[in-house]
Amino acid sequence: MMLRELFDTLEASGLAEHIRENDNLFPLIESLHVVAVSLVVGSIFAVDLRLLGVSWTARPASRVANGILPLTWAAFALAACTGGLMFISHAVKYLGNACFDAKLLLIAVAGINMVVFHLIASRDQARWDVQARPPFKARVAGGLSIALWISVVACGRWIGFTMEVG
Amino acid sequence: MASGTVAALAQWLGASALSHTIQTHAWVIPTLQTVHILCVALVFSSVILVDLRALRLLQRDASLEEVARRFLPAVLPLVLVLLATGILLIIGEPKRSLLNETFYLKLALIGLSLVLTAALRRAFSRGFLEEGARWQRAGQLVAGLSMLAWCGVLFAGRWIAYTQVDG
Repeated sequence: MMLRELFDTLEASGLAEHIRENDNLFPLIESLHVVAVSLVVGSIFAVDLRLLGVSWTARPASRVANGILPLTWAAFALAACTGGLMFISHAVKYLGNACFDAKLLLIAVAGINMVVFHLIASRDQARWDVQARPPFKARVAGGLSIALWISVVACGRWIGFTMEVG
Repeated sequence: MASGTVAALAQWLGASALSHTIQTHAWVIPTLQTVHILCVALVFSSVILVDLRALRLLQRDASLEEVARRFLPAVLPLVLVLLATGILLIIGEPKRSLLNETFYLKLALIGLSLVLTAALRRAFSRGFLEEGARWQRAGQLVAGLSMLAWCGVLFAGRWIAYTQVDG
């Protein structure tokens, strides 16, 4: 299979070997990953809570989102890079781990939720932007996002308990 | 010796009924860690968002006071949840943290981070961080240090897993 060969090649690369062999590199990358994921989740929750009409309701929803999302995206880029580096160090084992697969799937669903929100709910955002309690569709998007990201973090933590590396 | 006392405490905690319950249910520790890291995410992001506003890097269309009023009040209740889940994690695996130097580094960094966050709160409540204020640079220095110290807490937290002594 082409994909399997690609992952084998990645895992055999000098960079992957370096991450596996060096005692401090993996914990360092993992710590950066925790910092990045924390910022992604914490900042997205702040936007989601506004969509739910729970917090910062005095500020228009679009302003809350535009003010915070640059941090979310920067942190997501760092999380993806550090996650990718950890992945290539044991690519085949990660792919065989159900928690890892679930985590990737949940991140994809969270992304789809965001795109759908943009296509549907935010089309008439100008009409409800200043409302303390946004319409049902926006609240659904916010609630789903929170639930999905909690699940992503749970899967991430569970990878450490279900994967044998050594 | 203090280290002997700590080892005895770890021994005693590890032999307790609660510790036994936590150890024998495999889902408890990952669940506690998940709640712990979710609260870490909220505290860390809250403080970083206020720090970034103080440094005028984000949300400049809202006043620093408004951003701080939105994000800082949640920090203390979340720290209490962190304390509760942290204590349960220690009871479940006392040696993992109590006999681990990184754990004490983490505690020291938490203390420093909370002091810096409180200092930042005082700085803006006294107007130090307003545009053109005489102490603006000092306030921004506190904001920058606060970001570094909180990052240090997260690094130390993750590093606990790598420096535990076996046994």
